[in-house]
Amino acid sequence: MTQLPKTAPAKKLGLVIDLDICVGCHACAVNCKEWNSGGHSAPMTDTDPYGSKPQGVWFNRIHTFEAVDEAAGTSRTVHFPKSCLHCDDAPCVTVCPTGASYKREEDGIVLVNGDACIGCKLCSWACPYGAREYDEDAGVMKKCTLCVDRIYNAELPEENRVPACVSTCPAGARHFGDLGDPNSDVSRLVAARDGAALMPEQGTSPVNRYLPPRPKASNATVAPRMLKHEDESTDGAGLLARWVDKILS
Amino acid sequence: MHPAKSVIFFTTASGAGYGMLIWLAIFAFAGMLPPDPVFGFVAFALAFALVVGGLLSSTFHLGHPERAWRAMSQWRSSWLSREGLLAVLTFIPTGLFGASWVFLGEHQGVAGWLGLLGAAMSFATVFCTAMIYASLKAVPAWSDRWTPPAYLALSLATGMVLTAALAAIFALPSLPVFFMIAVMALAAGLLVKLGYWASRRSAAPVSTAESATALGKFGTVRLIESPHSESNYLLDEMGFRVARKHADKLRRIALVFGFVLPLLLFGALLMFSLPFPALWAGLGVLSCAVGIVGERWLFFAEARHVVTLYYGEHGV
Repeated sequence: MTQLPKTAPAKKLGLVIDLDICVGCHACAVNCKEWNSGGHSAPMTDTDPYGSKPQGVWFNRIHTFEAVDEAAGTSRTVHFPKSCLHCDDAPCVTVCPTGASYKREEDGIVLVNGDACIGCKLCSWACPYGAREYDEDAGVMKKCTLCVDRIYNAELPEENRVPACVSTCPAGARHFGDLGDPNSDVSRLVAARDGAALMPEQGTSPVNRYLPPRPKASNATVAPRMLKHEDESTDGAGLLARWVDKILS
Repeated sequence: MHPAKSVIFFTTASGAGYGMLIWLAIFAFAGMLPPDPVFGFVAFALAFALVVGGLLSSTFHLGHPERAWRAMSQWRSSWLSREGLLAVLTFIPTGLFGASWVFLGEHQGVAGWLGLLGAAMSFATVFCTAMIYASLKAVPAWSDRWTPPAYLALSLATGMVLTAALAAIFALPSLPVFFMIAVMALAAGLLVKLGYWASRRSAAPVSTAESATALGKFGTVRLIESPHSESNYLLDEMGFRVARKHADKLRRIALVFGFVLPLLLFGALLMFSLPFPALWAGLGVLSCAVGIVGERWLFFAEARHVVTLYYGEHGV
Protein backbone atom coordinates (compact mmCIF):
# COMPACT_ATOMS: atom_id res chain seq x y z
CA MET A 1 0.00 0.00 0.00
CA THR A 2 1.66 3.21 -1.10
CA GLN A 3 -0.50 5.53 0.91
CA LEU A 4 1.46 6.93 3.82
CA PRO A 5 0.44 5.67 7.28
CA LYS A 6 -2.81 7.42 8.28
CA THR A 7 -1.35 8.66 11.52
CA ALA A 8 2.30 9.65 11.29
CA PRO A 9 4.44 7.02 13.01
CA ALA A 10 5.17 7.96 16.63
CA LYS A 11 8.55 6.30 16.34
CA LYS A 12 10.74 7.94 13.69
CA LEU A 13 14.00 6.11 13.34
CA GLY A 14 16.61 8.10 11.52
CA LEU A 15 20.13 9.46 11.36
CA VAL A 16 21.72 12.60 12.71
CA ILE A 17 24.85 13.52 10.80
CA ASP A 18 27.40 15.86 12.34
CA LEU A 19 28.91 17.99 9.59
CA ASP A 20 31.34 19.45 12.10
CA ILE A 21 32.97 16.08 12.62
CA CYS A 22 32.68 14.26 9.29
CA VAL A 23 36.10 13.98 7.65
CA GLY A 24 34.81 12.66 4.33
CA CYS A 25 36.57 9.31 4.55
CA HIS A 26 33.75 7.39 2.75
CA ALA A 27 33.91 4.57 5.33
CA CYS A 28 30.14 4.84 5.89
CA ALA A 29 29.47 4.39 2.17
CA VAL A 30 31.86 1.45 1.96
CA ASN A 31 30.45 -0.34 4.99
CA CYS A 32 26.92 0.37 3.74
CA LYS A 33 27.77 -1.30 0.45
CA GLU A 34 29.46 -4.15 2.28
CA TRP A 35 26.56 -4.88 4.64
CA ASN A 36 23.79 -4.38 2.11
CA SER A 37 25.47 -6.62 -0.46
CA GLY A 38 24.10 -9.39 1.75
CA GLY A 39 21.15 -7.55 3.26
CA HIS A 40 17.46 -6.78 2.70
CA SER A 41 17.94 -5.33 -0.80
CA ALA A 42 20.94 -7.40 -1.89
CA PRO A 43 22.77 -7.47 -4.20
CA MET A 44 24.19 -3.97 -4.66
CA THR A 45 24.84 -4.55 -8.33
CA ASP A 46 27.88 -3.02 -10.01
CA THR A 47 28.06 -2.70 -13.76
CA ASP A 48 31.45 -2.70 -15.47
CA PRO A 49 33.24 -2.62 -12.09
CA TYR A 50 36.74 -3.02 -13.52
CA GLY A 51 36.10 -1.37 -16.88
CA SER A 52 36.39 2.19 -18.09
CA LYS A 53 32.92 3.25 -16.90
CA PRO A 54 32.32 1.63 -13.54
CA GLN A 55 28.87 2.26 -12.03
CA GLY A 56 26.89 0.71 -9.28
CA VAL A 57 24.18 0.88 -6.66
CA TRP A 58 25.07 2.94 -3.58
CA PHE A 59 22.72 3.87 -0.75
CA ASN A 60 25.08 6.42 0.68
CA ARG A 61 27.31 8.96 -1.06
CA ILE A 62 29.69 11.57 0.26
CA HIS A 63 29.82 14.97 -1.38
CA THR A 64 32.16 17.80 -0.43
CA PHE A 65 30.95 21.38 -0.46
CA GLU A 66 32.52 24.72 0.14
CA ALA A 67 30.51 27.54 1.74
CA VAL A 68 32.10 30.90 0.99
CA ASP A 69 31.17 34.14 2.69
CA GLU A 70 32.82 36.76 0.46
CA ALA A 71 31.94 39.67 2.76
CA ALA A 72 33.43 38.10 5.86
CA GLY A 73 36.32 36.59 3.92
CA THR A 74 35.64 33.15 5.37
CA SER A 75 35.02 29.76 3.87
CA ARG A 76 34.15 26.33 5.22
CA THR A 77 34.86 23.01 3.60
CA VAL A 78 32.15 20.55 4.56
CA HIS A 79 32.04 16.83 3.87
CA PHE A 80 28.46 15.86 3.34
CA PRO A 81 27.27 12.22 3.47
CA LYS A 82 23.81 11.74 2.02
CA SER A 83 21.49 8.77 2.21
CA CYS A 84 17.69 8.31 2.43
CA LEU A 85 16.13 10.77 4.90
CA HIS A 86 13.10 8.50 5.57
CA CYS A 87 10.70 11.42 5.06
CA ASP A 88 7.40 11.70 6.90
CA ASP A 89 5.74 12.85 3.67
CA ALA A 90 7.79 10.64 1.40
CA PRO A 91 6.88 11.51 -2.22
CA CYS A 92 8.66 8.36 -3.41
CA VAL A 93 6.04 6.31 -1.57
CA THR A 94 2.89 8.07 -2.76
CA VAL A 95 3.88 8.09 -6.46
CA CYS A 96 4.54 4.34 -6.52
CA PRO A 97 1.85 2.76 -8.75
CA THR A 98 2.28 -0.80 -7.50
CA GLY A 99 2.44 -0.61 -3.73
CA ALA A 100 6.06 -1.77 -3.75
CA SER A 101 7.18 1.37 -1.91
CA TYR A 102 5.97 1.76 1.62
CA LYS A 103 6.60 3.57 4.86
CA ARG A 104 6.47 1.39 7.95
CA GLU A 105 3.91 2.39 10.52
CA GLU A 106 5.92 1.02 13.44
CA ASP A 107 9.14 2.99 12.94
CA GLY A 108 8.77 5.17 9.83
CA ILE A 109 11.41 3.37 7.76
CA VAL A 110 10.80 3.69 3.99
CA LEU A 111 11.35 0.42 2.13
CA VAL A 112 10.88 -1.15 -1.31
CA ASN A 113 9.36 -4.58 -1.83
CA GLY A 114 11.56 -5.81 -4.67
CA ASP A 115 9.05 -8.54 -5.57
CA ALA A 116 6.32 -6.02 -6.45
CA CYS A 117 8.47 -3.26 -8.01
CA ILE A 118 8.05 -2.85 -11.77
CA GLY A 119 11.13 -0.63 -12.13
CA CYS A 120 9.27 2.40 -13.54
CA LYS A 121 11.77 4.74 -11.79
CA LEU A 122 9.05 7.26 -10.92
CA CYS A 123 10.08 7.17 -7.24
CA SER A 124 13.58 8.28 -8.21
CA TRP A 125 12.05 11.23 -10.07
CA ALA A 126 9.91 12.09 -7.05
CA CYS A 127 12.72 12.04 -4.48
CA PRO A 128 14.46 15.44 -4.20
CA TYR A 129 17.47 13.90 -2.48
CA GLY A 130 18.58 11.21 -4.91
CA ALA A 131 17.97 8.45 -2.39
CA ARG A 132 16.52 6.03 -4.93
CA GLU A 133 18.71 3.76 -7.00
CA TYR A 134 17.83 1.67 -10.03
CA ASP A 135 19.44 -1.75 -10.19
CA GLU A 136 19.97 -2.35 -13.94
CA ASP A 137 20.49 -6.03 -13.32
CA ALA A 138 17.51 -6.77 -11.11
CA GLY A 139 15.23 -4.25 -12.88
CA VAL A 140 13.95 -2.88 -9.59
CA MET A 141 14.48 0.17 -7.40
CA LYS A 142 16.61 -0.05 -4.29
CA LYS A 143 17.27 2.29 -1.40
CA CYS A 144 18.70 2.70 2.08
CA THR A 145 16.86 0.38 4.47
CA LEU A 146 18.25 2.08 7.57
CA CYS A 147 19.75 -1.40 7.99
CA VAL A 148 16.38 -2.79 9.04
CA ASP A 149 18.11 -6.18 9.00
CA ARG A 150 20.68 -5.03 11.60
CA ILE A 151 18.85 -2.76 13.99
CA TYR A 152 16.36 -5.46 15.05
CA ASN A 153 18.75 -8.38 14.61
CA ALA A 154 18.81 -10.36 17.84
CA GLU A 155 21.75 -12.40 16.49
CA LEU A 156 23.99 -9.34 16.73
CA PRO A 157 25.49 -8.02 19.96
CA GLU A 158 23.31 -5.15 21.17
CA GLU A 159 25.92 -2.44 20.49
CA ASN A 160 26.03 -3.51 16.84
CA ARG A 161 22.29 -3.09 16.31
CA VAL A 162 22.75 0.24 14.54
CA PRO A 163 22.98 0.96 10.80
CA ALA A 164 26.27 -0.13 9.21
CA CYS A 165 27.19 3.47 8.37
CA VAL A 166 26.84 4.48 12.03
CA SER A 167 28.75 1.53 13.44
CA THR A 168 31.71 2.07 11.13
CA CYS A 169 32.15 5.86 11.30
CA PRO A 170 35.65 6.32 12.73
CA ALA A 171 35.00 9.95 13.62
CA GLY A 172 31.71 9.44 15.43
CA ALA A 173 29.92 11.79 13.03
CA ARG A 174 26.81 9.61 12.63
CA HIS A 175 24.12 9.02 15.21
CA PHE A 176 21.12 6.73 15.04
CA GLY A 177 17.95 6.89 17.10
CA ASP A 178 14.29 7.80 17.47
CA LEU A 179 13.72 11.34 16.27
CA GLY A 180 10.04 11.06 17.16
CA ASP A 181 10.91 10.97 20.85
CA PRO A 182 11.88 14.48 22.02
CA ASN A 183 13.88 13.01 24.91
CA SER A 184 16.02 10.63 22.87
CA ASP A 185 19.76 11.29 22.64
CA VAL A 186 19.49 12.14 18.95
CA SER A 187 16.59 14.57 19.48
CA ARG A 188 18.51 16.34 22.24
CA LEU A 189 21.57 16.54 20.02
CA VAL A 190 19.47 18.10 17.26
CA ALA A 191 17.98 20.61 19.72
CA ALA A 192 21.39 21.52 21.19
CA ARG A 193 23.16 21.92 17.85
CA ASP A 194 20.36 23.41 15.74
CA GLY A 195 20.08 20.34 13.54
CA ALA A 196 18.58 21.14 10.14
CA ALA A 197 16.39 19.38 7.59
CA LEU A 198 17.46 19.38 3.93
CA MET A 199 15.29 21.24 1.40
CA PRO A 200 12.33 21.81 3.78
CA GLU A 201 10.68 23.78 0.93
CA GLN A 202 10.13 20.50 -0.92
CA GLY A 203 7.51 19.59 1.68
CA THR A 204 8.85 16.10 2.33
CA SER A 205 9.31 16.50 6.12
CA PRO A 206 12.54 14.49 6.28
CA VAL A 207 13.36 12.65 9.51
CA ASN A 208 17.18 12.75 9.26
CA ARG A 209 18.89 15.87 10.53
CA TYR A 210 22.23 17.52 9.74
CA LEU A 211 24.20 19.24 12.49
CA PRO A 212 25.90 22.33 11.04
CA PRO A 213 29.62 22.94 11.55
CA ARG A 214 30.30 24.67 14.88
CA PRO A 215 31.23 28.37 14.77
CA LYS A 216 34.92 28.93 14.09
CA ALA A 217 37.03 29.95 17.04
CA SER A 218 38.04 33.61 16.84
CA ASN A 219 41.48 34.47 15.42
CA ALA A 220 42.73 35.57 18.86
CA THR A 221 42.62 32.03 20.18
CA VAL A 222 44.02 30.37 17.08
CA ALA A 223 47.35 28.62 17.58
CA PRO A 224 50.26 30.27 15.76
CA ARG A 225 50.90 28.78 12.36
CA MET A 226 54.63 28.24 12.88
CA LEU A 227 56.80 28.33 15.95
CA LYS A 228 59.28 31.14 15.86
CA HIS A 229 62.88 29.85 15.74
CA GLU A 230 65.82 31.92 16.81
CA ASP A 231 67.81 30.86 13.79
CA GLU A 232 70.58 33.42 14.15
CA SER A 233 71.84 32.51 17.59
CA THR A 234 74.56 29.94 18.13
CA ASP A 235 73.90 29.76 21.87
CA GLY A 236 74.05 26.21 23.09
CA ALA A 237 75.43 24.87 19.82
CA GLY A 238 78.34 22.40 19.88
CA LEU A 239 82.00 23.26 19.22
CA LEU A 240 81.96 22.07 15.58
CA ALA A 241 78.74 23.96 14.79
CA ARG A 242 80.09 27.18 16.29
CA TRP A 243 83.37 26.76 14.30
CA VAL A 244 81.45 26.16 11.02
CA ASP A 245 79.26 29.16 11.80
CA LYS A 246 82.32 31.34 12.32
CA ILE A 247 83.97 30.22 9.07
CA LEU A 248 80.85 30.71 6.96
CA SER A 249 79.51 33.94 8.38
CA MET B 1 15.72 14.75 -17.08
CA HIS B 2 16.70 11.92 -19.38
CA PRO B 3 14.24 11.88 -22.32
CA ALA B 4 13.44 8.18 -22.63
CA LYS B 5 12.26 7.50 -26.19
CA SER B 6 9.55 5.13 -24.97
CA VAL B 7 8.04 7.78 -22.67
CA ILE B 8 8.19 10.48 -25.36
CA PHE B 9 6.47 8.21 -27.85
CA PHE B 10 3.93 7.17 -25.22
CA THR B 11 2.90 10.68 -24.16
CA THR B 12 2.71 12.08 -27.70
CA ALA B 13 1.07 9.05 -29.39
CA SER B 14 -1.45 8.27 -26.68
CA GLY B 15 -2.19 11.99 -26.34
CA ALA B 16 -3.02 12.21 -30.05
CA GLY B 17 -5.04 8.97 -29.90
CA TYR B 18 -7.12 10.14 -26.94
CA GLY B 19 -7.55 13.51 -28.63
CA MET B 20 -8.96 11.71 -31.68
CA LEU B 21 -11.35 9.65 -29.55
CA ILE B 22 -12.61 12.89 -27.95
CA TRP B 23 -13.21 14.65 -31.29
CA LEU B 24 -14.74 11.58 -32.97
CA ALA B 25 -17.30 11.35 -30.15
CA ILE B 26 -18.10 15.08 -30.29
CA PHE B 27 -18.44 15.21 -34.09
CA ALA B 28 -20.49 11.99 -34.19
CA PHE B 29 -22.80 13.40 -31.51
CA ALA B 30 -23.11 16.66 -33.46
CA GLY B 31 -23.95 14.69 -36.60
CA MET B 32 -20.92 15.99 -38.47
CA LEU B 33 -19.48 12.56 -39.26
CA PRO B 34 -21.16 9.93 -41.42
CA PRO B 35 -22.03 6.59 -39.73
CA ASP B 36 -19.93 5.08 -42.50
CA PRO B 37 -18.31 1.81 -41.27
CA VAL B 38 -15.24 2.34 -43.48
CA PHE B 39 -14.57 5.80 -42.08
CA GLY B 40 -15.30 4.45 -38.58
CA PHE B 41 -12.88 1.57 -39.09
CA VAL B 42 -10.01 3.76 -40.34
CA ALA B 43 -10.58 6.39 -37.66
CA PHE B 44 -10.78 3.95 -34.74
CA ALA B 45 -7.94 1.79 -36.05
CA LEU B 46 -5.73 4.88 -36.10
CA ALA B 47 -6.88 6.20 -32.71
CA PHE B 48 -6.53 2.82 -30.98
CA ALA B 49 -3.20 2.11 -32.68
CA LEU B 50 -1.87 5.38 -31.24
CA VAL B 51 -3.29 4.73 -27.76
CA VAL B 52 -2.33 1.05 -27.57
CA GLY B 53 1.05 1.64 -29.21
CA GLY B 54 1.73 4.40 -26.71
CA LEU B 55 0.66 2.34 -23.72
CA LEU B 56 2.74 -0.64 -24.87
CA SER B 57 5.78 1.51 -25.49
CA SER B 58 5.46 2.98 -21.98
CA THR B 59 5.97 -0.52 -20.59
CA PHE B 60 9.24 -0.92 -22.53
CA HIS B 61 11.19 1.26 -20.11
CA LEU B 62 10.04 -0.81 -17.13
CA GLY B 63 12.47 -3.10 -15.37
CA HIS B 64 9.70 -5.70 -15.04
CA PRO B 65 7.05 -5.23 -17.77
CA GLU B 66 5.41 -8.54 -16.79
CA ARG B 67 4.40 -6.97 -13.49
CA ALA B 68 2.79 -3.94 -15.17
CA TRP B 69 -0.70 -5.05 -14.03
CA ARG B 70 0.31 -4.22 -10.47
CA ALA B 71 0.50 -0.57 -11.48
CA MET B 72 -3.29 -0.29 -11.39
CA SER B 73 -3.56 -0.94 -7.67
CA GLN B 74 -2.51 2.35 -6.03
CA TRP B 75 -5.01 4.79 -7.57
CA ARG B 76 -5.69 6.31 -4.16
CA SER B 77 -2.30 8.03 -4.06
CA SER B 78 -0.47 7.63 -7.38
CA TRP B 79 -1.23 9.55 -10.57
CA LEU B 80 0.63 6.91 -12.58
CA SER B 81 -1.67 4.26 -11.14
CA ARG B 82 -4.75 6.41 -11.85
CA GLU B 83 -3.59 6.86 -15.43
CA GLY B 84 -3.04 3.12 -15.93
CA LEU B 85 -6.42 2.23 -14.47
CA LEU B 86 -8.31 4.92 -16.40
CA ALA B 87 -6.51 4.01 -19.63
CA VAL B 88 -7.77 0.44 -19.34
CA LEU B 89 -11.31 1.44 -18.26
CA THR B 90 -11.56 3.95 -21.13
CA PHE B 91 -11.32 1.06 -23.61
CA ILE B 92 -14.79 -0.11 -22.52
CA PRO B 93 -16.94 2.86 -23.64
CA THR B 94 -14.67 3.85 -26.53
CA GLY B 95 -14.44 0.22 -27.70
CA LEU B 96 -18.25 -0.17 -27.62
CA PHE B 97 -18.66 3.18 -29.39
CA GLY B 98 -16.19 2.14 -32.09
CA ALA B 99 -17.69 -1.34 -32.46
CA SER B 100 -21.18 0.10 -32.88
CA TRP B 101 -19.91 2.54 -35.53
CA VAL B 102 -17.88 -0.03 -37.46
CA PHE B 103 -20.12 -3.11 -37.21
CA LEU B 104 -23.61 -1.63 -36.82
CA GLY B 105 -23.12 1.64 -38.70
CA GLU B 106 -24.61 3.40 -35.67
CA HIS B 107 -22.79 6.23 -33.90
CA GLN B 108 -25.61 8.10 -32.24
CA GLY B 109 -28.21 7.30 -29.59
CA VAL B 110 -26.78 4.91 -26.98
CA ALA B 111 -23.54 4.58 -28.96
CA GLY B 112 -23.25 8.38 -29.09
CA TRP B 113 -23.61 8.66 -25.33
CA LEU B 114 -21.06 5.87 -24.83
CA GLY B 115 -18.77 7.86 -27.13
CA LEU B 116 -19.19 10.99 -25.02
CA LEU B 117 -18.52 9.00 -21.84
CA GLY B 118 -15.39 7.63 -23.51
CA ALA B 119 -14.42 11.16 -24.53
CA ALA B 120 -14.71 12.37 -20.94
CA MET B 121 -12.66 9.41 -19.73
CA SER B 122 -10.05 10.00 -22.47
CA PHE B 123 -9.77 13.61 -21.31
CA ALA B 124 -9.36 12.41 -17.72
CA THR B 125 -6.67 9.92 -18.78
CA VAL B 126 -4.63 12.64 -20.49
CA PHE B 127 -5.09 14.78 -17.37
CA CYS B 128 -3.69 11.91 -15.26
CA THR B 129 -0.69 11.63 -17.60
CA ALA B 130 -0.05 15.34 -17.14
CA MET B 131 -0.44 15.07 -13.37
CA ILE B 132 2.25 12.37 -13.19
CA TYR B 133 4.65 15.16 -14.18
CA ALA B 134 2.83 18.08 -12.60
CA SER B 135 2.83 16.39 -9.18
CA LEU B 136 6.63 16.08 -9.04
CA LYS B 137 7.81 19.00 -6.92
CA ALA B 138 11.40 17.85 -7.33
CA VAL B 139 11.21 18.89 -11.01
CA PRO B 140 10.04 22.52 -10.89
CA ALA B 141 9.73 22.72 -14.70
CA TRP B 142 7.10 19.98 -14.52
CA SER B 143 5.21 21.06 -11.40
CA ASP B 144 4.46 24.28 -13.27
CA ARG B 145 0.71 25.01 -13.29
CA TRP B 146 0.82 25.21 -17.10
CA THR B 147 1.79 21.54 -17.41
CA PRO B 148 -1.73 19.98 -17.25
CA PRO B 149 -3.26 22.57 -19.64
CA ALA B 150 -0.33 22.02 -22.04
CA TYR B 151 -0.80 18.25 -22.11
CA LEU B 152 -4.56 18.59 -22.61
CA ALA B 153 -4.31 21.31 -25.26
CA LEU B 154 -1.68 19.39 -27.24
CA SER B 155 -3.70 16.17 -27.03
CA LEU B 156 -6.74 18.01 -28.41
CA ALA B 157 -4.68 19.80 -31.09
CA THR B 158 -2.89 16.69 -32.36
CA GLY B 159 -6.10 14.64 -32.21
CA MET B 160 -7.93 17.35 -34.15
CA VAL B 161 -5.23 17.63 -36.82
CA LEU B 162 -5.51 13.86 -37.39
CA THR B 163 -9.31 13.97 -37.45
CA ALA B 164 -9.32 16.88 -39.93
CA ALA B 165 -6.84 15.03 -42.17
CA LEU B 166 -9.07 11.94 -42.12
CA ALA B 167 -12.07 14.11 -42.98
CA ALA B 168 -10.09 15.49 -45.93
CA ILE B 169 -9.08 12.02 -47.10
CA PHE B 170 -12.73 10.90 -47.00
CA ALA B 171 -13.78 14.22 -48.60
CA LEU B 172 -16.48 14.77 -45.98
CA PRO B 173 -19.08 17.49 -46.74
CA SER B 174 -18.38 19.86 -43.84
CA LEU B 175 -14.61 20.03 -44.44
CA PRO B 176 -14.22 23.78 -43.75
CA VAL B 177 -15.65 23.30 -40.25
CA PHE B 178 -13.05 20.60 -39.52
CA PHE B 179 -10.27 22.84 -40.86
CA MET B 180 -11.54 25.75 -38.77
CA ILE B 181 -11.62 23.69 -35.58
CA ALA B 182 -8.13 22.34 -36.39
CA VAL B 183 -6.85 25.92 -36.72
CA MET B 184 -8.50 26.85 -33.42
CA ALA B 185 -7.12 23.78 -31.62
CA LEU B 186 -3.61 24.46 -32.95
CA ALA B 187 -3.82 28.11 -31.95
CA ALA B 188 -4.99 27.13 -28.46
CA GLY B 189 -2.12 24.62 -28.19
CA LEU B 190 0.37 27.27 -29.30
CA LEU B 191 -0.94 29.82 -26.79
CA VAL B 192 -0.81 27.35 -23.90
CA LYS B 193 2.71 26.22 -24.82
CA LEU B 194 3.88 29.84 -25.11
CA GLY B 195 2.31 30.40 -21.69
CA TYR B 196 4.26 27.44 -20.31
CA TRP B 197 7.57 28.68 -21.74
CA ALA B 198 6.94 32.21 -20.47
CA SER B 199 6.13 30.85 -17.03
CA ARG B 200 9.37 28.84 -16.98
CA ARG B 201 11.45 31.81 -18.10
CA SER B 202 10.18 33.96 -15.23
CA ALA B 203 10.30 31.21 -12.60
CA ALA B 204 12.59 31.74 -9.62
CA PRO B 205 14.55 28.71 -8.35
CA VAL B 206 12.54 26.54 -5.94
CA SER B 207 15.55 25.01 -4.23
CA THR B 208 19.21 26.02 -4.09
CA ALA B 209 22.54 24.45 -3.18
CA GLU B 210 22.18 26.34 0.12
CA SER B 211 18.80 24.82 0.99
CA ALA B 212 19.90 21.39 -0.25
CA THR B 213 22.83 21.35 2.15
CA ALA B 214 21.41 23.54 4.95
CA LEU B 215 24.77 25.38 4.79
CA GLY B 216 23.40 28.69 3.55
CA LYS B 217 24.22 30.51 6.78
CA PHE B 218 27.93 29.98 6.08
CA GLY B 219 27.79 31.61 2.67
CA THR B 220 27.43 30.66 -0.97
CA VAL B 221 27.58 26.89 -1.37
CA ARG B 222 29.34 25.14 -4.21
CA LEU B 223 30.33 21.55 -4.82
CA ILE B 224 34.06 20.97 -4.69
CA GLU B 225 34.13 17.19 -4.80
CA SER B 226 31.68 14.74 -6.31
CA PRO B 227 30.99 11.38 -4.62
CA HIS B 228 32.42 9.48 -7.60
CA SER B 229 34.91 10.04 -10.37
CA GLU B 230 32.39 8.42 -12.76
CA SER B 231 28.72 9.03 -13.50
CA ASN B 232 25.95 7.29 -11.58
CA TYR B 233 22.28 6.40 -11.99
CA LEU B 234 21.12 9.74 -10.61
CA LEU B 235 23.21 11.73 -13.07
CA ASP B 236 22.30 9.56 -16.06
CA GLU B 237 18.58 9.72 -15.27
CA MET B 238 18.16 13.16 -13.69
CA GLY B 239 21.24 15.11 -14.74
CA PHE B 240 20.74 14.85 -18.51
CA ARG B 241 22.44 17.82 -20.19
CA VAL B 242 22.73 17.05 -23.90
CA ALA B 243 19.57 18.78 -25.06
CA ARG B 244 19.82 21.85 -22.88
CA LYS B 245 22.50 23.30 -25.08
CA HIS B 246 20.22 22.74 -28.12
CA ALA B 247 17.16 24.04 -26.29
CA ASP B 248 16.64 27.10 -28.47
CA LYS B 249 16.99 25.10 -31.67
CA LEU B 250 14.53 22.49 -30.39
CA ARG B 251 12.10 25.19 -29.31
CA ARG B 252 12.19 26.62 -32.85
CA ILE B 253 11.60 23.14 -34.31
CA ALA B 254 8.64 22.65 -31.95
CA LEU B 255 7.22 26.07 -32.80
CA VAL B 256 7.66 25.92 -36.56
CA PHE B 257 6.79 22.27 -37.22
CA GLY B 258 4.37 21.76 -34.34
CA PHE B 259 2.34 24.93 -34.75
CA VAL B 260 3.29 27.47 -37.42
CA LEU B 261 3.42 25.14 -40.46
CA PRO B 262 0.26 23.18 -39.54
CA LEU B 263 -1.52 26.49 -38.83
CA LEU B 264 -0.50 27.82 -42.25
CA LEU B 265 -1.54 24.59 -44.02
CA PHE B 266 -4.92 24.25 -42.30
CA GLY B 267 -5.45 28.01 -42.49
CA ALA B 268 -4.84 27.88 -46.25
CA LEU B 269 -7.19 24.91 -46.58
CA LEU B 270 -9.83 26.89 -44.70
CA MET B 271 -9.44 30.15 -46.67
CA PHE B 272 -8.88 28.86 -50.20
CA SER B 273 -10.29 25.78 -51.86
CA LEU B 274 -6.91 24.20 -52.55
CA PRO B 275 -6.65 21.21 -54.87
CA PHE B 276 -5.81 17.88 -53.16
CA PRO B 277 -6.87 18.96 -49.63
CA ALA B 278 -5.95 15.50 -48.27
CA LEU B 279 -2.33 16.03 -49.38
CA TRP B 280 -1.97 19.37 -47.58
CA ALA B 281 -3.73 18.07 -44.49
CA GLY B 282 -1.46 15.02 -44.51
CA LEU B 283 1.58 17.31 -44.67
CA GLY B 284 0.09 19.20 -41.71
CA VAL B 285 -0.09 15.92 -39.76
CA LEU B 286 3.54 15.03 -40.54
CA SER B 287 4.82 18.47 -39.63
CA CYS B 288 2.79 18.45 -36.42
CA ALA B 289 4.14 15.01 -35.48
CA VAL B 290 7.76 16.18 -35.87
CA GLY B 291 7.07 19.38 -33.93
CA ILE B 292 5.23 17.74 -31.04
CA VAL B 293 7.87 15.05 -30.59
CA GLY B 294 10.43 17.89 -30.48
CA GLU B 295 8.27 19.72 -27.94
CA ARG B 296 8.03 16.64 -25.72
CA TRP B 297 11.76 15.93 -26.00
CA LEU B 298 12.38 19.48 -24.85
CA PHE B 299 9.86 19.09 -22.00
CA PHE B 300 12.04 16.30 -20.63
CA ALA B 301 15.50 17.49 -21.57
CA GLU B 302 15.00 21.03 -20.33
CA ALA B 303 13.55 19.99 -16.98
CA ARG B 304 16.11 20.04 -14.20
CA HIS B 305 15.79 17.91 -11.09
CA VAL B 306 16.67 19.32 -7.66
CA VAL B 307 18.99 16.36 -7.00
CA THR B 308 21.44 18.03 -9.41
CA LEU B 309 22.00 20.60 -6.63
CA TYR B 310 24.13 17.92 -4.99
CA TYR B 311 26.15 17.62 -8.19
CA GLY B 312 27.12 21.18 -8.96
CA GLU B 313 23.93 23.02 -9.98
CA HIS B 314 23.25 26.13 -7.93
CA GLY B 315 19.52 26.80 -8.23
CA VAL B 316 16.73 24.65 -9.69
